[in-house]
Amino acid sequence: MTGTPVDPRDELPDHLPALRAFAISLTRDVSAADDLVQDTIVKAWSNIEKFEVGTNMRAWLFTILRNTYYSLHRKRRREVPDPDGAHAARLSEKPAHDGRLAMTDFLKAFDQLSPEHREVLILVGASGFSYDEAAGMMGVAVGTVKSRANRARAKLCDMLGLAEGENPVSGADAATLAVMGRNGVQAA
Amino acid sequence: MWADMDHNEDTSGLKSQIDENLKRVYREALEEDVPDRFKDLLEQLRKKESGK
Repeated sequence: MTGTPVDPRDELPDHLPALRAFAISLTRDVSAADDLVQDTIVKAWSNIEKFEVGTNMRAWLFTILRNTYYSLHRKRRREVPDPDGAHAARLSEKPAHDGRLAMTDFLKAFDQLSPEHREVLILVGASGFSYDEAAGMMGVAVGTVKSRANRARAKLCDMLGLAEGENPVSGADAATLAVMGRNGVQAA
Repeated sequence: MWADMDHNEDTSGLKSQIDENLKRVYREALEEDVPDRFKDLLEQLRKKESGK
């Protein structure tokens, strides 16, 4: 088998856990996520000639996955929620005793974000892609990625009730600003 | 106003808390076992192709 060119598709299994984690983050539904991963694998397999060898395969696969997701999502025009919070409950066993955000509350809030907001937060906040890479995957300008990420974080804070005490200058809450103006509250 | 968030030191603690939670959500999804259906699918795709 010497001289056989390396098939980039041999690399696919290495990316399955990350693809699945991204799909679960987007859909918040494990079976929907698995269907999405399946579609992504088939598309990647049959379009492998479009992958530029030497570039980031994970980013390429994530792009296929999110494009597939959004074209399905636009067709269905409805969210696929997790009404029983089964996934949320499963992921949130450890309570926070040290003032950090409680995971259950965090996941509840995260589930309520739009898929676009979940996507941007997972890409730049969790999976370690740069703003540039995320912009490439999302097909938008870097500035859009940054502002979308900021809005998504603001929304999370808002839902978690963090805008007031812990984030006094967020501007998200007029009452907070009023209080701040009176007391000159400033976090250390 | 949220565009200034990155430049605001008061919110950086909150931002890192959020990112810490995001990483945990992602990491826990990452640690789940990949179902066999995907290995089977890849095998199937490869077989189909070598059969051509």
